[in-house]
Amino acid sequence: MATIIHSKKACSVSPLKLSQPIGGALAFMGINRSMPVLHGSQGCTAFGLVLFVRHFREMIPLQTTAMNEVTTIMGGLENIEQAIVNIYKRAKPALIGICSTGLTETKGDDVESYLKVVRQRHSEVEDCQLVYVSTPDFVGAFQDGWGKAVSKMIEVLVEKSSETVKGQINILAGSHLSAADIEEIKEMVEDFGLRAIILPDISGSLDGHLPEDFTPTTIGGTPLEKLKEMGKSEVTIAIGEQMRAAAMALEIKTGVPFFIFERLTGLASVDLFIERLSSITQKPVPNKYRRQRSQLVDAMLDCQFYFGGLPIALGAEPDLLWAIGNFLVEMGAKITAAITTTESVLLPNMPCETVTIGDLEDLETMAKGTELILTHSHGRGASRRLGIPLYRIGLPMFDRVGAAHRLSVGYRGSRNILFEITNLLIEQEEKKEEEKERTHFFTSLSG
Amino acid sequence: MTTLSAKIQEVFQEPACQKNRSKSDKERKKGCTKILQPGAAAGGCAFDGAKIALQPITDVVHLVHGPIACEGNSWDNRGSKSSGSKLYRLGFTTDINEMDVIYGGEKRLFKAIKEVVEKYRPPAVFVYNTCIPALIGDDLEAVCKAAKEKFGIPVVPIQSPGFSGSKNLGNKLAGEALLDYVIGTEEPEVTTPYDINIIGEYNLAGELWQVKPLFDQLGIRIAACISGDSRYKEIASCHRARAAMLVCSKAMINIARKMEERYGIPFFEGSFYGISDMSEALRNIATLLVQRGAEEELLAKTEILIRHEEQKAWRKLETYKKRLSGKRVLLITGGVKSWSVVSALQEVGMVVVGTSVKKSTEEDKQRIKKIMGEEAHLIEEMTPKEMYKMLKDAQADILLSGGRSQFVALKAKVPWLDINQERHHAYAGYEGMVNLVDQIDRTLNNPLWEALRTPAPWD
Repeated sequence: MATIIHSKKACSVSPLKLSQPIGGALAFMGINRSMPVLHGSQGCTAFGLVLFVRHFREMIPLQTTAMNEVTTIMGGLENIEQAIVNIYKRAKPALIGICSTGLTETKGDDVESYLKVVRQRHSEVEDCQLVYVSTPDFVGAFQDGWGKAVSKMIEVLVEKSSETVKGQINILAGSHLSAADIEEIKEMVEDFGLRAIILPDISGSLDGHLPEDFTPTTIGGTPLEKLKEMGKSEVTIAIGEQMRAAAMALEIKTGVPFFIFERLTGLASVDLFIERLSSITQKPVPNKYRRQRSQLVDAMLDCQFYFGGLPIALGAEPDLLWAIGNFLVEMGAKITAAITTTESVLLPNMPCETVTIGDLEDLETMAKGTELILTHSHGRGASRRLGIPLYRIGLPMFDRVGAAHRLSVGYRGSRNILFEITNLLIEQEEKKEEEKERTHFFTSLSG
Repeated sequence: MTTLSAKIQEVFQEPACQKNRSKSDKERKKGCTKILQPGAAAGGCAFDGAKIALQPITDVVHLVHGPIACEGNSWDNRGSKSSGSKLYRLGFTTDINEMDVIYGGEKRLFKAIKEVVEKYRPPAVFVYNTCIPALIGDDLEAVCKAAKEKFGIPVVPIQSPGFSGSKNLGNKLAGEALLDYVIGTEEPEVTTPYDINIIGEYNLAGELWQVKPLFDQLGIRIAACISGDSRYKEIASCHRARAAMLVCSKAMINIARKMEERYGIPFFEGSFYGISDMSEALRNIATLLVQRGAEEELLAKTEILIRHEEQKAWRKLETYKKRLSGKRVLLITGGVKSWSVVSALQEVGMVVVGTSVKKSTEEDKQRIKKIMGEEAHLIEEMTPKEMYKMLKDAQADILLSGGRSQFVALKAKVPWLDINQERHHAYAGYEGMVNLVDQIDRTLNNPLWEALRTPAPWD
């Protein structure tokens, strides 16, 4: 059981947190032929864009309503209207997903009713879906924005149905999953003969592929026609606690029941998932997974030397903190510092004494004496200053390549993490040994 | 807010700006910021611009008063390098919450300044205003003034809410803050007749360090670079410099012009990009310094240095001629001085098939035409789709641009080089031009492009 500490500081130093609207925007990017829009000043979009470009190393579709001082005070109806008309003219998206920002929320724009006006005035955008989600910057964090956008897409776009398609399931993917993670989950599910509709599916849109042609919208991701049919699925599997609200919204609307998997990283949690797939489908576990499981067990044996009693410092959004933290504790590590960005029901159950809703300055202070820091790329400064190796998790990861293809779920993903972290620890150990040898060399000289 | 709108009007009236001078009174009043098209706009806001302009001051705390988006989504994303303090690499923000929005964020801001002063002991705190505090009416100036009195160090308010305009406007508002609160507030420990200011250079990828050795050889001292690799004290006391060079002209022209008015420091506009431009810059600096009392001998020394450096650079560039001759470049930059790079690329035999002139003045355009010929493809505005088509149709062999169009080129399987603020290589000075050509050569002549363009055997 962990005590939750809310930072009392007035100044956040070296933020861990990213804002809600860009979390919402990324969720919209998991839909095929979509264009997310931030309803705010153009800088809100520019910063989000640069952040995602640096992380994914991909073209990022993200537009702005370009609010200025006057339009903010007068209300953003015209900007929303023009943005939709302009985007439709240029990009013909199937979906325009609009996220509010702190600016337009402070003013109190009623975007839902603006959209009604736009619908009345512009029949030409009839075949484009419009989804609005309220995501003020001054509340919550990235994963909250993601969760809200997914819930809203379900409320607006999924159709009720009395029909059930045998073998079709829904997967609600949390924001902490990479493109590779989603592909892995898809493969596991398909190996049991199930067909999954994944929402949102950034493995289709942000996995670094080369499209045939150039379009300003997303290319790949959940197709809208599939999204509409989620009500016909047998069951919904939600990955990450952040997807609970979306899973519930889906069940309330369509009656499709759901399971939440808090994480898919670590032996026991992957076992639980595989076992559940087997019981849903009444099929035996394919040999492939028996083999993968045994490879993970072997990896745990090989790596445990490095993990027993290892003090670690973790900084991540709640669901990622939960997944990685629990796995490493199962490996024998001790969480000395756990920093996160926003509230979650998981936090009190974290296997450590305290969880701080704070920043990377808090992490740096608490990380002294630990042997490994796990957080996003912004942790590189703390890591350098403290001389403690950094294992990058989460978003943004801008100073290494391949963020989209880092696999951390399933037996294979868990194994990956162990190997990568262990190699980091070995490298650190080698450095320390060299230093030791150098010191002894000099003392032997002077002696 | 009256002070902010007055400031904005003031920077729009900039008399030293050539583009501004060519406008009618009515046009001028509208300002330089184009009305942004919702749904079709790209680019940073005024806060972004202010941060870009001042963040390179390495030893101060840059505190952003706003919600998490403004700093949380953007900190540590620029390549400005420091030879000293690394404090500027940290992100500081009040990360205001719902209560602050309702009750006002002034108390939190004051407390935040207190915290950073106690923890980090900076020589000054720079406080950036963003949209929400500006909208709800937080009095930034009053808080900064109170904090300055209480903590005994300069606390500089920078009025740069994103909704007030573009990145370019933000650059200028940052300049105004330096003029109002920093420049001239301290006296330098030493002055020499060889002291210059460099305005509008951010030391991206360490570019200033590529130019500085040239100044060192001539005995010219950089009193302050505004703002690359600078310290607070240097900027506070740079009003005693003898001459100034304005590097990125449209961004900080207000600083150069007002320092000339207030302190009599003459300035010229120049560029470190391109061999002839670099030489021209050295000449101009030497001339201004001699006019202001430096030894006449400086001029001769400068000419010798230029001759040596140019010879060295051309000799190095000569080796690339064979490999690059006839290769076609598409040059898309936000910068106004693309013509200086154009001429350098032409020197190694490359053909510039088009260049952007979005921010160039009429005079710049005439200059580009003169260099590139009358058929020169001057690009005012180009959509990514058009750019993609142009590259896909192999109308250019390489794209030099900012990060924004990186993937337009790469997805078309066309070589691309970053020549904007996120770049990792330094292209300034003589050495920089050789670097640029070397990078072009490495990229263009990489055998991988052939392999990438070969379709899979089953297609």
